[in-house]
Amino acid sequence: MTLTGIAEFIASFFGLPGSSSVWIVAVLAAAILLGFMLLTVLILIYVLRKLLGKIQARLGPTRTGPKGIFQTAADALKLLIKEDTIPVKADRRVFIVAPILVFVPAYLVYVVVPFGEGNHFIAKDLNIGLLYIVAVSSINVIGVVLAGWASENKYSLLGGMRSAAQLISYEVPQALAVLGPVMLAESLSMQDIVKAQGEGLFSWFIFRSLPLLGFIVFLVASMAEINHVPFDLPEGESELVAGFNVEYSGMRFAFFMLAEFAASFTICAIAATLFLGGWHSPIRGFLDNGWWTVFWFFLKSSALVCLLMWIRATYPRVRVDQLMEFGWKLMIPLALFNVLVVGLYVALGKGG
Amino acid sequence: MIAVHHYIFLSAALFAVGIYGVIARRNAVGVLMSIELMLNAVNINLLAFARYVTPTTLTGQVFAVFVITVAAAEVAVGLALVINVYRNMDHINVDDINLMKW
Amino acid sequence: MDYFLFSVAAIIAVVSAVLVIVQRNPMHSALYLIITLLCIAVLYLQLSAQFVAAVQVIVYAGAIMVLFLFVLMLLDQENPIDTPSTLRYQNPVAAVMGLLLLVELLFLSARAQPPAVLTSGAPGSSPGFPGSVESVAESMFTRYLFPFELTSVLLLIGMVGVIVLAKRKL
Repeated sequence: MTLTGIAEFIASFFGLPGSSSVWIVAVLAAAILLGFMLLTVLILIYVLRKLLGKIQARLGPTRTGPKGIFQTAADALKLLIKEDTIPVKADRRVFIVAPILVFVPAYLVYVVVPFGEGNHFIAKDLNIGLLYIVAVSSINVIGVVLAGWASENKYSLLGGMRSAAQLISYEVPQALAVLGPVMLAESLSMQDIVKAQGEGLFSWFIFRSLPLLGFIVFLVASMAEINHVPFDLPEGESELVAGFNVEYSGMRFAFFMLAEFAASFTICAIAATLFLGGWHSPIRGFLDNGWWTVFWFFLKSSALVCLLMWIRATYPRVRVDQLMEFGWKLMIPLALFNVLVVGLYVALGKGG
Repeated sequence: MIAVHHYIFLSAALFAVGIYGVIARRNAVGVLMSIELMLNAVNINLLAFARYVTPTTLTGQVFAVFVITVAAAEVAVGLALVINVYRNMDHINVDDINLMKW
Repeated sequence: MDYFLFSVAAIIAVVSAVLVIVQRNPMHSALYLIITLLCIAVLYLQLSAQFVAAVQVIVYAGAIMVLFLFVLMLLDQENPIDTPSTLRYQNPVAAVMGLLLLVELLFLSARAQPPAVLTSGAPGSSPGFPGSVESVAESMFTRYLFPFELTSVLLLIGMVGVIVLAKRKL
């Protein structure tokens, strides 16, 4: 049963006019995505703690439930019932708005992620899909900066300043890296980009034109965008206590956590969509339809998630000046070079 | 039904608010923000006329993009000036920036 | 439905624009400005200008407002020095000027006899998706190539100017 069918049923059940079914579909889709987001975050945190434990020769959580699987649920419950403090000197209005500004963009990105083949597995295939992702995810910078400022705490202010510089610098290579697949697929719609990679493993955009470069630039820049570990300067525990979210507790802190983990799933999903063939199977025509496409999609994105966790366990944090130099002197030139090569590839391919 | 009027009224309101801000605000950053409001009002007009008068050619939209670009450059230069003023005078109150006045 | 969406977005935009102006704390002004800009992006979507709406969010919310916030944090304006204005007549004059302009603009646009195209609703979406990225790009890179190049030069000049202005030691 499709979402539209359910919506029409609900509309007729409550005696609403037929035109309202569009809105019911929207609300249902939003609720499903929210539930899905919470679920991915729960699983992600558990897997992260287990995997980090294995890599560091520890056990990870073991006590809550069999093999500790209820640990994240317990933590989430603790966060929800914890007292929600607002510092006396903090700017109340901004302090309250900031976590929302971080959380909402992370949630909105899910709208255009294609989980599988066809229109059932994507909330809305916008014709400016990729541009939408870039636009929406650029809003969360504001939330982080405001959180740092509003807390009225020197550490969090430093964290906010750092994140402003970092997020703005790495948005450029990220957007440029995204251009490669866009030029190859000649579309910004996520489903079109996936469809352009349907010819098996070697038609994936990671292997087309300039192999690997665009993918690596995108992944590294995105890691910087979501404050993932080698680039977690805005919150670096050992130097800034917890950076921009020192003063947050309870619900509001949970919002930051949720946004962070949701974002680390979405960038993996987007990287899989843009460069690893999305929901296509690696072999042309092999199990490449229906629910199998969902399976392939989640296989690819979880592989990338695990890669990120591995990186998290491996690399030490970079310094601020190293971060800036790396961004401006290496990432942006590389991203521009990638755009140039892909452009030449597409132009020459068309010419003959 | 939304006619082009509605957009024009909206943009007039935003523009008027912006001009009030430019004249009345004493914080230099506030003045820059008011200029942003005015530029956005202009953009609404450009897009509304592009949609209603010339729905097939996209002149208005292209120029809206140009306006946004110019706004970005303007803000960057303006804020650099503000930082410089702050370094030299320890405040950014536009009424008191009168060193060049005799 | 369209009308409802338009009214909500427009009212929020104007109200928060007024709040931008009347807030004492520049940080709060910036917050309200963000709301205004996002509402305007919604209006752009209604005008079927998806590309411009995306650019609006990317450039304004992603870059310009962050620049504002960054500078405000750098200048540390948490305790704005509340010196009385040296130009006392400025506020009333500004209010009068703003109101006058508003009345004048409203009067002129209400009195004008526009062609029928303008008073009816938006024309149906014409062929080739007006406002999609492809069509905007096509006119930008063909008919308006020269202005496009000029803006890139402008951006370069702006960048050089900012570096000269803001860097302590070159």
